[in-house]
Amino acid sequence: MNEIVPTHYYVYLAAVLFGIGTAGVLTRRNLIVIFMSIELMLNAVNLVFVAFARHFQSADGQAIVFLVMIVAAAEAAVGLAIFLSMFRNRETLNADEMNLLNG
Amino acid sequence: MASAPEISWFVILPTVLVVGTGLLILLIDLWMEGPDRDALGWLGIAGLIVTAIASVALWNTHEIGFAGGMAVDRFALFFNLLFCLGGILALLMSMNYLETTDIRIGDYYSLTVFAISGMVMMAAATDLIVFFLALEVMSIAVYALAGIWRRQLRSNEAALKYFVNGAFATGFLLFGIALIYGATASTEFAVIQQKLAATTPDARGLATIGMALLLVGFGFKVAAVPFHFWAPDVYEGAPTSITALMAVGVKAAAFAAFARVFNDALGPLMPDWQQVVAALAILTMIVGNVLAVLQRNIKRMLAYSSIAHAGYLLVGLVSLKDQGGPALLFYLLAYTLMTIGAFAVVIAVGRRGQPNEQIDDYAGLGFRYPSLGLAMSIFMLSLAGFPPLVGFAGKLYIFSAAVHAGHVTLAMIGVLSSVVSVYYYLGVLVKMYMAEGDTVIDAPGTRPYLMACLLIAAAGTVIVGVFPSGAYELARLSFASLG
Repeated sequence: MNEIVPTHYYVYLAAVLFGIGTAGVLTRRNLIVIFMSIELMLNAVNLVFVAFARHFQSADGQAIVFLVMIVAAAEAAVGLAIFLSMFRNRETLNADEMNLLNG
Repeated sequence: MASAPEISWFVILPTVLVVGTGLLILLIDLWMEGPDRDALGWLGIAGLIVTAIASVALWNTHEIGFAGGMAVDRFALFFNLLFCLGGILALLMSMNYLETTDIRIGDYYSLTVFAISGMVMMAAATDLIVFFLALEVMSIAVYALAGIWRRQLRSNEAALKYFVNGAFATGFLLFGIALIYGATASTEFAVIQQKLAATTPDARGLATIGMALLLVGFGFKVAAVPFHFWAPDVYEGAPTSITALMAVGVKAAAFAAFARVFNDALGPLMPDWQQVVAALAILTMIVGNVLAVLQRNIKRMLAYSSIAHAGYLLVGLVSLKDQGGPALLFYLLAYTLMTIGAFAVVIAVGRRGQPNEQIDDYAGLGFRYPSLGLAMSIFMLSLAGFPPLVGFAGKLYIFSAAVHAGHVTLAMIGVLSSVVSVYYYLGVLVKMYMAEGDTVIDAPGTRPYLMACLLIAAAGTVIVGVFPSGAYELARLSFASLG
């Protein structure tokens, strides 16, 4: 197989993207940005699947990416609806102000 | 996965029945008028009863279908029965609970049934991607359910925290799945197991990292310490009937998948994950029980209690091969009965606009409402592990399996931490029977469905507790069907 970029480079790149996404979730305070960071994590995973699918010369990984995308879309629909109802009641999307429930 | 997979109806029969029920509820809801949607709840209960009957009828079937994607075996069927039991009880308590809230929409029932369909698929999944889809079918429905009381800020906030943490955990789970796919070129449990067994331990680096990420993801889902921080907030803020469904159904489904993935697919890596799961179990039992002592809100207290119980269940997972598997399944049954009962009491004590969720609100209720007092005593004593109730039998099986497998320290920490739990469980009873209070609640007789739910849960807690061997045998047979 004629590989210009070896598979493990893609996996390293994906790991870095995943790390950036994780750092974003943990450090950012705006819920929309947190959600974008989660989407970045999922897309890093998609990159891993596609890279391995090419490596194995198999369509499985590519098909899985579609499923992940569908699930991410469904999650976004519900998540944004939750954000919206929160914003209607609280007029803020700052994670630090979500402190009604605290022991 | 090359050729088109054959459709094997037996394999998806339980799933089809539950999904069909959900769709039917969704459809009938369109023609319903007025705020009373109890009929939809009854439809859901009927659908779950049919599913349970189908699961019993399939008991002797053992078949893997859809190109290795889903299985019908006793393990899946045991969990189907468990989810049907939990789902029926949750729907029963919902009907009286919703009267006291502003949640008067049919979607509540359809989403509940869809969440249960995700659980049913999770217990049957034998492919990491099918497992992932099932998990999301369940989770997305439960995110929406946690926030379904839209005008209530606490419900909003619970949904939001559950969603963000759940989606975050999904990222870790998926990354783990992707790395395991990279290591073995497959997502089927059976193939992964073969490939891993055929490689030397040095060549398993990628799979081991994948396993660690899966553990993080599962840790979030079952609320194991240190991935538990979302649970108390979400349990407190979500509508109580949904909290019960989360505590019981979601946790059982997560453990079903946890056991199947780590026993079947990642079985060859057992020495690696056993250590980590044991550490998680120790942390979870200690932190869960100690923090539960400090809680003043009953739902938060039950949330920490459910964290602690996740710790006991993790002990069962550590000794999976030596009697730990059946003990895990039995404990999940015990946990379902007593936890759903405890949440039913929490609902019974609340009224419209007056949730009475502080433990102080329970003062004096024991003598004024003897039936509620008796029910709460049964559930609290069972959760604390007093014989002859089902919680005692469950702990006995779990910890003796751990000792049998040589994890004596783990069993000792479990027993000691459950001694701590006696303090806060009995604290509720002390409040109910020995303190003076003036909380007024709706007469239990006016809420028949809730009482039916309490009666079933209490009867189950006592009967399975006194005669545990039948249920244990069922759990043993179920676990034996795993590879």
